[in-house]
Amino acid sequence: MTSYIYPKFGYRRSQEQADHVVKRHPIVVVGAGPVGLTAALDCAARGQPVVVLDDNDTVSIGSRAVCYAKRPLEIWNRLGCAVPMVERGVSWNVGRVFFRDQLSYQFDLLPEAEHQWPAMINLQQYHLEEILVAQCRANPLIELRWKHRLISLKQAADHATLVVETPDGIFTMEAQWVIACDGANSDVRKMVGAEFTGQFFQDRFLIADVAMKADFPTERWFWFDPPFHRGQSVLLHRQADKIWRIDFQLGWDADPDEEKKPERVIPRIRAMLGEDTEFALEWVSIYQFACRRIDNFRQGRVLFAGDAAHQVSPFGARGANTGVQDIDNLAWKLAMVLRGEASEALLDTYHEERAYAADDNILNSTRATDFITPKTKPSRYFRDAVLELARHHGFARPLVNSGRLSTPTPYVTSALNTPDDNAIAGGVPPGTNAVDASITVNGRPGWFLHCLGDGFTVVAFGGETDRTEIAAGPLAAKLIVVGRDIEDPTGLLAERYGASPGTTYLFRPDQYVAARWAGFDEAEITDAMLRASGHDTAGRTELAA
Amino acid sequence: MTLNLSPNIADPDDFYAELIDSQRDLDEEQALRMNARLILLLANHIGDRKVLTEAIGCARASGG
Repeated sequence: MTSYIYPKFGYRRSQEQADHVVKRHPIVVVGAGPVGLTAALDCAARGQPVVVLDDNDTVSIGSRAVCYAKRPLEIWNRLGCAVPMVERGVSWNVGRVFFRDQLSYQFDLLPEAEHQWPAMINLQQYHLEEILVAQCRANPLIELRWKHRLISLKQAADHATLVVETPDGIFTMEAQWVIACDGANSDVRKMVGAEFTGQFFQDRFLIADVAMKADFPTERWFWFDPPFHRGQSVLLHRQADKIWRIDFQLGWDADPDEEKKPERVIPRIRAMLGEDTEFALEWVSIYQFACRRIDNFRQGRVLFAGDAAHQVSPFGARGANTGVQDIDNLAWKLAMVLRGEASEALLDTYHEERAYAADDNILNSTRATDFITPKTKPSRYFRDAVLELARHHGFARPLVNSGRLSTPTPYVTSALNTPDDNAIAGGVPPGTNAVDASITVNGRPGWFLHCLGDGFTVVAFGGETDRTEIAAGPLAAKLIVVGRDIEDPTGLLAERYGASPGTTYLFRPDQYVAARWAGFDEAEITDAMLRASGHDTAGRTELAA
Repeated sequence: MTLNLSPNIADPDDFYAELIDSQRDLDEEQALRMNARLILLLANHIGDRKVLTEAIGCARASGG
């Protein structure tokens, strides 16, 4: 059915399996989906060798994740692969919401001025994975092992033992740390016996990817109760290669095997697109979903990320987008622990921060689901009332919820933040991801996010210093002075950071703000840097790993 | 601001009659749909989240 040709990555027997030796690796990633591949790239970017195990030898079968948001694009740009994604993908801004046979309203996600990346791109998961695999293959620190199926995992105090099956039989390997990115049905999660609880939704959805010749506009269209699919919702999204994603809500009573048959699917699409529109089916599947998360993202030596750690409804594109941000949070912490610059306790803050984000995502996606599929008659009346009113009155439009698109969750309660003394009005508070802005470096245009280093970065708005680095125990931060190292000719950077002369920000290695002050004080900076890497700053202990 | 639970409508009998009359020719379903729209219109006009929470709690308690 599909026009996409799946690449075969090719199994190779590893040296350790050939030699019958049990080798201990610093990091083993389980699962080569978007999250696992990003984990490999980010750990390698932080100097750590990584082995990735995947039970298959190709990319994701069928189109699954479609929408990628600005923050993951910023992360992938840090890892060197956002440009081909944006080039290959489709950027869109206009969304239309229909209720029955009427346009309820439309919105325009105008790209924010002076940001490098669009708010959202659409791209089939298999294209995205191909780009990530190519990037991994170019990195000598990453070893991708295809057709490697994990069959058991046991934990000891300082490592995990993995038994792996390949076409050459079974062998054993060890890992100081395992990153489990093996999806919603994670085997690793079952192997460690972690709880994975939440709310199941009694509904089924039909995904159809269709190739269309017609030049349909590149917009997101969402229908509530349309004439061609009464009582349910439908979503239409454009992907690359003139392929469209159509998502039909079917209800709980639908028979998944029947509904998947082309003779059932084609009339549904024809009713929607009209008799004259030529199309070909690329992919059909039926899914149901749950909103749930793992009890702890860290289970001893195993760290869970992506769908293996949390599952959300698809409304709002919060699956892959959140998973990539899990890795953004985890990789620097893990590298710091492996280098002995921080204690293992830093990894518990991975759970603290990302479980907080997962709960926020689950809350948002549960709310969208409750709006899209009202559970009671009175709630349906309210839902319909919102949609009817939205057609005529602006006030009702913010209440329409066809999925709130993924944005980063600030870690407002994180123990890694240095409490804000509220000396800076507006700007970017601690626990929030850095905001980009166009700047100049040596007179050439550039982007602020590119200037942030691999480790901690201190950005001072003005000030007289020759220093380029600030040390704190085993850590060192790159010091950037605005006016010395970078220029802010339009004042946009200062505006976005609420900065006046002297304002100083401390950024973590994942580009989140750890602390900020009205002035430059080295003692405060070193203190905040130690706090942000999980050291006990109260006792000022010069930490050991 | 807190939820005003003292009489606040100038002509109560006239308001009540208008409310009932507005639904006289509607069937139950139509009236319930209209009520949903009316609640949303009034809620937006009030706007104050604390007042809305108080009103929701008050309505819920009185309704048993």
